Amino acid sequence: MAGFDQELDATGLNCPLPILRAKKALATLASGQILRIVATDPGSVKDFDAFATQTGNELLESGEESGKYVFLIKKA
Amino acid sequence: MSEKKLAIIATKGTLDWGYPPFILASTAAALGYETQIFFTFYGLQLLKKRMNLKVSPLGNPGMPMPMGMDTWFPVLGTALPGMESVMTMMMKKKMASKGVATLEDLRELCLEAEVKFVACQMTVDLFDMDPSSLIDAVEYGGAATFFEFAGDTDICLYI
Repeated sequence: MAGFDQELDATGLNCPLPILRAKKALATLASGQILRIVATDPGSVKDFDAFATQTGNELLESGEESGKYVFLIKKA
Repeated sequence: MSEKKLAIIATKGTLDWGYPPFILASTAAALGYETQIFFTFYGLQLLKKRMNLKVSPLGNPGMPMPMGMDTWFPVLGTALPGMESVMTMMMKKKMASKGVATLEDLRELCLEAEVKFVACQMTVDLFDMDPSSLIDAVEYGGAATFFEFAGDTDICLYI
């Protein structure tokens, strides 16, 4: 898995908190930096897909790791 | 690409109806929508500094109940004193255990995401509501004012 600049722990949080927290975290990053998000909400898989498409931030990776969902988003 | 717009008209003041406006607005804002919520009638309950929203099983046949009660519990039973409080408490507990944000948190997130809250002046006057009992981050306006924004939106919802 590629490196990242910041990690967001969104485990235990349900819709819409994972993407809301991600938006907040991304705001603190510089363009090109990568945010790693760990979530347990199964709905977050589609949510982050939509988030990336709608906001123009690139979803580099979306996968599972030890029962949790892990996403890598690069700030546009 | 111009920014998309979302307008929500929030008219209900119970715990279950309080969630859709705040969840939709905060999510839309996270996705880059310019969002406004117009609170009118019982929707004004969502603007109270201290929200104390309830949910009632009475007249709510669509509401799932614990222990399969929705299949056998008599409707008349839902009117018993205390039922509303019990159901409200149980729902809040269930939400907490499933990691669902509280209405206060969601409202805060909306404001952070710069969602604009407009309170219907007419309803505030109608119910003799004290503006100081509502949160400060609210503008007061009428339907015509709201239409200025709503008329231009990509999505307009009535909740």
